[in-house]
Amino acid sequence: MKLTLKIWRQKNAQDKGRMVDYKIDGIEPDMSFLEMLDVFNEQQINAGEEPVAFDHDCREGICGMCSLFINGEAHGPDRGVTTCQLHMRMFKDGDTITIEPFRAAAFPVVKDLVVDRSSFDRIQHAGGFISVNTSGNTIDANTIPVNKKDADAAFDAATCIGCGACVATCKNSSAMLFVAAKVSQYALLPQGQVEAADRVLNMVKQMDEEGFGNCTNTGACEIECPKGISLENIARMNREYMSASLKG
Amino acid sequence: MAKSGLLKSSIAKKVAMALSGLFLMLFLAQHFFINMMSVFSADVFNSISHFMGTNPLIQFVIQPILIVGVVFHFIMGFVLDIQNKKARPVGYASYNGAANASWASRNMIISGSVILAFLALHFYDFWFPEMVYKYIEFNPADETRYFHELAEKFVSPVRTGLYSLSFILLSLHLRHGFSSSFQSIGQNNKYTKGMKNFGLWFSVVVPLGFVVIALFHHFNH
Amino acid sequence: MALDSKIPNGSIADKWTNYKDHINLVNPANKRNLDIIVVGTGLAGGSAAATLAELGYNVKAFCFQDSPRRAHSIAAQGGINAAKNYKGDGDSVYRLFYDTVKGGDYRAREANVYRLAEVSANIIDQCVAQGVPLAREYGGLLDNRSFGGTLVSRTFYAQGQTGQQLLLGAYSAMNRQIGRGKIKMYNRHEMLELVIIDGKARGIIARNLITGEIERHSAHAVVVGSGGYGNVFFLSTNAMGSNATAAWKIHKKGAFFANPCYTQIHPTCIPVSGDHQSKLTLMSESLRNDGRIWVPAKLEDAQAIREGKKKATDLAEADRDYFLERRYPAFGNLVPRDVASRAAKERCDAGFGVNKTGEAVYLDFAAAIQRYGKEQAHIKGLDENDNALVTKLGTDIVRSKYGNLFQMYYKIVDEDPYTTPMMIYPAVHYTMGGTWVDYNLMTTIPGCFSIGESNFSDHGANRLGASALMQGLADGYFVLPYTIGDYLAPDIKMGPISTDRPEFEEAEKSVKELIAKFMNNKGTHSVDYFHKKLGKIMWNKVGMARNEKGLKEAMVEIAELREEFYKDVKVPGTDKEFNQELEKAIRVADFLELGELFAKDALHRNESCGGHFREEYQTEEGEALRDDENFAYVAAWEYKGKPSDAVLHKEPLNYENIKLVQRSYK
Repeated sequence: MKLTLKIWRQKNAQDKGRMVDYKIDGIEPDMSFLEMLDVFNEQQINAGEEPVAFDHDCREGICGMCSLFINGEAHGPDRGVTTCQLHMRMFKDGDTITIEPFRAAAFPVVKDLVVDRSSFDRIQHAGGFISVNTSGNTIDANTIPVNKKDADAAFDAATCIGCGACVATCKNSSAMLFVAAKVSQYALLPQGQVEAADRVLNMVKQMDEEGFGNCTNTGACEIECPKGISLENIARMNREYMSASLKG
Repeated sequence: MAKSGLLKSSIAKKVAMALSGLFLMLFLAQHFFINMMSVFSADVFNSISHFMGTNPLIQFVIQPILIVGVVFHFIMGFVLDIQNKKARPVGYASYNGAANASWASRNMIISGSVILAFLALHFYDFWFPEMVYKYIEFNPADETRYFHELAEKFVSPVRTGLYSLSFILLSLHLRHGFSSSFQSIGQNNKYTKGMKNFGLWFSVVVPLGFVVIALFHHFNH
Repeated sequence: MALDSKIPNGSIADKWTNYKDHINLVNPANKRNLDIIVVGTGLAGGSAAATLAELGYNVKAFCFQDSPRRAHSIAAQGGINAAKNYKGDGDSVYRLFYDTVKGGDYRAREANVYRLAEVSANIIDQCVAQGVPLAREYGGLLDNRSFGGTLVSRTFYAQGQTGQQLLLGAYSAMNRQIGRGKIKMYNRHEMLELVIIDGKARGIIARNLITGEIERHSAHAVVVGSGGYGNVFFLSTNAMGSNATAAWKIHKKGAFFANPCYTQIHPTCIPVSGDHQSKLTLMSESLRNDGRIWVPAKLEDAQAIREGKKKATDLAEADRDYFLERRYPAFGNLVPRDVASRAAKERCDAGFGVNKTGEAVYLDFAAAIQRYGKEQAHIKGLDENDNALVTKLGTDIVRSKYGNLFQMYYKIVDEDPYTTPMMIYPAVHYTMGGTWVDYNLMTTIPGCFSIGESNFSDHGANRLGASALMQGLADGYFVLPYTIGDYLAPDIKMGPISTDRPEFEEAEKSVKELIAKFMNNKGTHSVDYFHKKLGKIMWNKVGMARNEKGLKEAMVEIAELREEFYKDVKVPGTDKEFNQELEKAIRVADFLELGELFAKDALHRNESCGGHFREEYQTEEGEALRDDENFAYVAAWEYKGKPSDAVLHKEPLNYENIKLVQRSYK
């Protein structure tokens, strides 16, 4: 396959950055998107040019490190996959592919396609945990039975990989799906309910301070989420938040 | 204990948007119902309109609440939109919004703005003259004037056209707004599917009805 | 230097309790005066950082990823073992201990493994209290599944994402401590040197990967939990960034490296599709419960399939060779990982491989679909002879069991595994070897600890499924917090350690020199070029089956490649910025040394055991032939300037509670 790549190049956080066009040849349909970028970078290095920086690690869709806004969509045109699981067979010979970083005020660009998602970490520091000591002297794991339905729903929410596709794809750069997934996971489990009110208030406060936009329920996040985290979680968080606010 | 962010948090704002929106939809439904009467019977329409226009509870309690609701919904809509734009200072070169969300959901600010412009026209046509008639000129009550005032406005094809166009955008606004407000107030459950269908139905029937009323009076003049 | 494993006296069941009763403790007020550095934030590092901070120590945690939540523990699929005996099927601490030692082919340290089994139950309690959503039954209690190599059901799981859920649990415990200010988190930082003052580990030199700044960090103890070194093979199931640099740097500063040749090759991974391949993806071992593994029986069929002239489904039953069922009639497709992997390689080497590269075998679900379909038709009272119906019913059952894996396979390979057999091939998955540690998890450098996969640990020569997660969390939550206190007790009056000391100066200088060397090198090849070459040598000569000749060649070739690397590697950009090529260069430099020691260890171990298979040492049937008389020891290597000059130290393995026997799967 022969392709034209339009890639965002930005030297560092201070640089203004710009789109640059490149040509690439010899791409096979069986390559993953990131392997295509590996080939591209190898070419750049051999030609004495700067390779393009992009985040990636596990390359099996679970670590949440890879990002990329490809042809106008977070993690590209395929559904239910991260960029590392996106394969070149989704594209045609001769295609032009636009590759941009995830964009949001709360995700500043570090270099080229690499962004800083530590705002997500800070939201978790504010309350993304259950305050139990890690002593091991807690009660036996089977002391509190958990309804299977709730346990499964908590698990579904907990499968969020924190990649930020929801923020990147939302026209408002809202982080509601990410925050809601964490709030939901704990709110659904008896162990998490003790601190549920404080948790949701603190996490939402931090989310707002980080400069994410507001949710207008377009549902784009749910569709672009590689793990299919449901909008139900956002509704649950809204509910939890309002009841916590009224109580508090 | 965390400080309650009831009044300034992003979630509180969207809940407020949802509640004001739901309230406006209720208003719209009753407005639709009354106007529809004008198609069937001038007398019924006149008597309901007279009741609405003279009942002190409606005039001095409900009407101000409605106005506050309308103003709040618009101002908050613009405030949120400005915040949302700020959340992404550098835009995408390529953004395929249609891939994952409907046009209606992505452009509430556009449909909302058109509705605002329509409201200005609507106030100019009906509400201001009504206020002047009742509370400035202190004209005597006339139970039969309403139908003619209504019918007269739709003589102009331009106005009828503008009304119809606005209602198409209202339809799009409702199409997303109806189900969205339930999601915002935290209702996403087994009733959601039925509620969504009802919302879809509501967003088509109500604006379409208003268009029918406008066209009816236009052609029956 | 003699190795002292510091195993406490007493019967095996009492050792850990007695130990805890008699160690030195640090009082809470004094813990505030002690700093601990933790490198790596996976299950081991993350759980250790959280627990140490909670105890009151000042923790500085480092990870190279942009968030601690992304450490590669997150990719573990299957589950975590714990001797809870919730099923009442006869499980106990002793049985878990026994299975783990046996699974490790009798090359693990008894006392450590027993302790691991002992604390395993606490891990589950801890994780549930933290809100980890482990799988449950309809009654609301925790569910278990069974895993290879055991006779009981003791594996706890969260669908196919157990590692993710456990890691997020540890990450949440860290978040709580970061929020309290007890952990200072350094994301996108890489440890590049250990600082030793007066013979004790007192700090590290780290590079800020965003700015390129070289930073000095001091502490009263350093904990390395940086994972395994599978990426020495270039292609493995490890993450792209997984590296051995922290572990190798401490090795070069005096920590012995134990059993580097013990590597686990996992039989069910998605095969390589071409030269562009950057990493391999694991498909859960559970697939072998229902899939039948085969290759064409005739060479010409294999040839035709490789050329795309024939399809797997074109071959009649008689033309298929179900080689595991043929060779191991008793265990069939369920032989242990190492046996299944070697058998697949043997067939492919003989020319029967089925994909473009000739390195793949089939994993076929057609029989399972028919079997389940007939069963369902019978239960539902439908026509068992209606082929289409049976296939549909069977497909539904297979989908409910393995749907997510089949989906993953489809996304990567673009073939539907319900209708055409899956292709699989073995891949490097886990490294049992690592830094040598004593019972306290301390390396041969005082004050430098090693936990999780980065130590040589508890798995002997082969790791059983679902025990890596157990070990990582046991070390971090329950073992290290005790043992490190015992070590730190004498240091309570020491006060903060200045980073202006000459030892920091010197360590920083050596790091800067190494970086300058790469930046000023006007080479012609990228880092990956060398890494891929190293991977090929490792895979071909130090891979699944090794022999003396190949290992000797490998040692020479790796040494040559290392020399070429330093002469000819090309690192673009500058060192004062975000530079991923420089990061890779530093990591590959260490792999190029580790690989050689790896081969040296494999060469010296004249036996086959677990993940180490020497062609010269096999039974007549081609099975691993252990030599307990001469090799029942841990091989701990001391660095002496070059990997080839490393000096061997032996820690004898004394089995007082378990009798050594030969494994057989016929």
